Amino acid sequence: MCLVEIEGMWKPQIACAMPVAKNMKIRTNSEVAYKAQESVLEFLLTDHPLDCPICDQGGECDLQDLSMKFGSDRTRFTDIHFEGKRAVENKNLGPLIRTEMTRCIHCTRCIRFASQVCGLDVLGTAGRGGEMLVGTYVDKMFLSELSGNIIDLCPVGALTNKPYMFKARPWEINRANSIDVTDATGTNISVNYRFNRVLRVLPRENEEVNQEWLSDKGRWSIDSLDIQRLVTPMYKCNDCLVATEWDIVLKMVSKQLKCTKPFDIMAIAGPYCNAETLVATKDLLNVLGSEHTYIERNVDYSEAVVDIRASYSLNICMKNIALSDKILLVGTNPRFEAPVLNARIRQAYMFNECDVYVIGPKCEYNYHVEYVGQSVKDLSNAKKYLQNAKSPLIFVGIDQLQTPNAVTLMRELIRISNSLKKSSDWKVLNILPKEASFAGALEAGWKPGGLKAIQSLKPRVILSLGADDVFRQWSPPKDCTVIYIGFQGDSGAACASIILPGSAYTEAGGTFLNMECRSQYAQPAVSPPGKARYDWKIIRAIAEYCQICLFYTDPDSICRRLAQISPNFVSCGTCQKRLFEDLIPQLLANDSSDCVGQPFDVCMKKLKEYYCSDIYTSNSPTMVKAQKAVMKMEKSPYCHV
Amino acid sequence: MAGALARIIHGSKNQLGFVGPLVAVNNGSVRFQQTKTSFGPLADSDRIFTNLYGRHDWRLRGALQRGDWYKTKEIILKGTDWIVNELKTSGLRGRGGAGFPTGMKWSFMNKPSDGRPKYLVVNADEGEPGTCKDREIMRHDPHKLVEGCLIAGAAMGAQAAYIYIRGEFYNEASNLQVAIAEAYQAGLIGKNACGSGYNFDVFVHRGAGAYICGEETALIESIEGKQGKPRLKPPFPADVGLFGCPTTVNNVETIAVSPTICRRGGSWFASFGRARNSGTKLFNISGHVNTPCTVEEEMSIPLKELIERHAGGVCGGWDNLLAIIPGGSSTPLIPKDVCETAIMDFDGLVAVQTSLGTAAIIVMDKSTDIVKAIARLIMFYKHESCGQCTPCREGVSWMNKIIYRFVDGNASPKEIDMLWEISKQIEGHTICALGDGAAWPVQGLIRHFRPELERRMAVYAAAHGPSLAERLY
Repeated sequence: MCLVEIEGMWKPQIACAMPVAKNMKIRTNSEVAYKAQESVLEFLLTDHPLDCPICDQGGECDLQDLSMKFGSDRTRFTDIHFEGKRAVENKNLGPLIRTEMTRCIHCTRCIRFASQVCGLDVLGTAGRGGEMLVGTYVDKMFLSELSGNIIDLCPVGALTNKPYMFKARPWEINRANSIDVTDATGTNISVNYRFNRVLRVLPRENEEVNQEWLSDKGRWSIDSLDIQRLVTPMYKCNDCLVATEWDIVLKMVSKQLKCTKPFDIMAIAGPYCNAETLVATKDLLNVLGSEHTYIERNVDYSEAVVDIRASYSLNICMKNIALSDKILLVGTNPRFEAPVLNARIRQAYMFNECDVYVIGPKCEYNYHVEYVGQSVKDLSNAKKYLQNAKSPLIFVGIDQLQTPNAVTLMRELIRISNSLKKSSDWKVLNILPKEASFAGALEAGWKPGGLKAIQSLKPRVILSLGADDVFRQWSPPKDCTVIYIGFQGDSGAACASIILPGSAYTEAGGTFLNMECRSQYAQPAVSPPGKARYDWKIIRAIAEYCQICLFYTDPDSICRRLAQISPNFVSCGTCQKRLFEDLIPQLLANDSSDCVGQPFDVCMKKLKEYYCSDIYTSNSPTMVKAQKAVMKMEKSPYCHV
Repeated sequence: MAGALARIIHGSKNQLGFVGPLVAVNNGSVRFQQTKTSFGPLADSDRIFTNLYGRHDWRLRGALQRGDWYKTKEIILKGTDWIVNELKTSGLRGRGGAGFPTGMKWSFMNKPSDGRPKYLVVNADEGEPGTCKDREIMRHDPHKLVEGCLIAGAAMGAQAAYIYIRGEFYNEASNLQVAIAEAYQAGLIGKNACGSGYNFDVFVHRGAGAYICGEETALIESIEGKQGKPRLKPPFPADVGLFGCPTTVNNVETIAVSPTICRRGGSWFASFGRARNSGTKLFNISGHVNTPCTVEEEMSIPLKELIERHAGGVCGGWDNLLAIIPGGSSTPLIPKDVCETAIMDFDGLVAVQTSLGTAAIIVMDKSTDIVKAIARLIMFYKHESCGQCTPCREGVSWMNKIIYRFVDGNASPKEIDMLWEISKQIEGHTICALGDGAAWPVQGLIRHFRPELERRMAVYAAAHGPSLAERLY
């Protein structure tokens, strides 16, 4: 379809594979080019079923668009024996991808995507000529964390979205540009909704961040938004939650806050908070006189974690990862922790002959890795692998920074990265956060180490912004009031005394900082269900009931407040330069650990552990289905074929 | 397969800017002044393939008696430039059908080395219907091929030669393997081949019976163990070929004649045939002739003379001739009146809108159902299309459906023009030349036998009423 005319060549050339040369004269819209394209289109349509009315791709189908463009609505193909068009049996690619192989036009994009980006040789062609089939040969699930992208790639309706099957037509859908929060990469997405319901999520192209990919969790966990949803304010009475009105709960909350000593008030933020909520909450607590704003994640290897961006984030621009020639992964599996970033590593592996070394447990990587150790002890050993690299990179999983070994680990890594340093632009040492709110919270001045702080401070009132993880490991004592502001009623809400229904990222949108500390703005798509409200407005209302004046009432004014806190919040889309990273070694805490031999652990080692990794995703029926399918696939004899 | 390449390479010759001038030099009037006016028959003393019919011993002893492996060491020691120059002087053009000047092809390999090994690949996947010349060489004169591999390898500094032989050629592969083993044992190839200090290996790789694997890049893919699907060019195999290394792919006949050219001199070879079409050539004559045969003849011999002299004439006499496919199944056919004057060389056949291809002459007399014959060829191409490019995959099966209706005449005369247009839509819109090879026979049929097609439709309409296609289309 991409045939173009090139002067001096007698036949039309394939544009996507032709190297450009000097003084080449290329015509993309000449008669020859158009004629060639039209004839290819005509051939494609001879064997393509006319089932557009029942095809999910209808309306966003490349083939349909091209047919409209060239405009021939009658076929010249005369099948007088009525033998029918080619019909192909469908494949079973798992619970996420629906196949209708009769519609396939053999462009082999899915095959190339699977083998090049996913590192998965599951798709291929069998047979030849008109009998060629795209498929899996043996029935096999598409075992990849980026599998959903083959749906977007497919130019026709051969591969479609199974959970979204027959739900809506593209022209009925509204779109909102948003940011994915299921990991910390800040993947750009477009939330598709209709009648105030989110129907599906598609990736949005951003060459700097996610290219054009989206992880499966980001794409399909949206059905979790309907599960255990908090839609009305509630308070606990005799161990029973009672639904009530906003006015009543806000009065209760303000009474609690006013009657508690400021240093007994604490706020703890969950993984999906936007920067607006974080800033408003911190303002509220500060005005009340409390400094106790914590995130769930603990990173305390240095006294300066919060102050220096380089000490908690990805220091290299994501797109530059593809330029690396040697990568060391320390206690992390980016394939599942940040699938979109992992695609860059794989890019480096494929096209830059990058060697990947791993210190940590055996995980499912989609590139060849060399395991060079298990624990902090092996770091000195790993140094020699990176020695001759032109552009080395080290990735540390954020999980490793909350172990007792963190200080030793970071000291060693800083030493190695300093010895490898080539230029000031190329940052060797990178930390891989996992939560979408992580970088934003630290930027806003929140402190890491929520659980530790609770245990030592013993607060009387805890304001939880969708924090669930903490309450799995710690249950509040009788004299502690937990006020839960969030959208999903799981473990965090269960132990709360007062529940204020907040909104999810699709409803509130807001500013999110990704793992590079790149600020990105998500547009709200739908309105919060029931009595749920925007989180930062709830905080604003609490402040009002406490007779505290926060000087922002609308999105504009809170945006100005964000800019006051950090200009980075409002410089959307840009990656800030890292400063003061040479101060980190001096600010390292004292080595206290004596268990350096303890092997690193990684939460998500295998694909089955990827789908349901936190409260939000494990509430998603689609993700649970996917997980079950993967576990079933693992038992199949074809799993490792 | 390679037979279909003819026009493709003509095109790509102009694409390569640096090739242009070289072609001009070779083709210029300086070197090839046309003085000779009559061509053929070839004298016995000028035959290269002296054991074409297997009357003598094909093994090493017999080959040595016929003069193979004579002073091979000296030829190698004369060096790369000398061999390539000799080939250039000879004007040898690729015998696989495309007719690309061999000397020039070899000289592409002599770029400064970047450390990668170079390979010679010999295309012995002779799958073009009607063609049976390479098998005779491998069956009865395998040492010519093995020696040719060594000399070609030496000319391009190749490390090894891979002979990709068609899966169906069991006996040929077996004879070739014996010949290679003999050559290894005699120290003619392998380490220090012929005592020249040059190391050279020859491997045989048997295909699995796909016509498309005769296309050079599909052949390379197949040797690498992948599905035989042509690659996009550029990069050309001379840059990135077998296992990612510079590679030259040559036909068996091209390789097999090169030792003799080096021994007898390029100018000797150039003395046969017309300018730019020089040399001797194996012609395969099959179909409705009295004595079908494979024969070595001088290039530019008139088609009629070739058939009368070597094949015993057309069955029932020359006047019983209907049409001839002159270069293997993928070349357009020519009707009798054109055959009268056609000259069997590259330019002579291009002048009559067909091509020399592999010089496999398929003779059809008046008993032939010409439409059915072409329909059968299209069916072959439909079956052998690899399925990579849409025009070939979908278009050829479309043509196949239509042309089988043409056999009975159950079609609309309007469809003749449509078929022509479809064939034009396929031609030149695919990666390799299989699409072209499928389109040309149809074009040839329509060009010369349109009245016959229309007659059949009229007969059918008279007997059964107007065809359904008339109403649908």
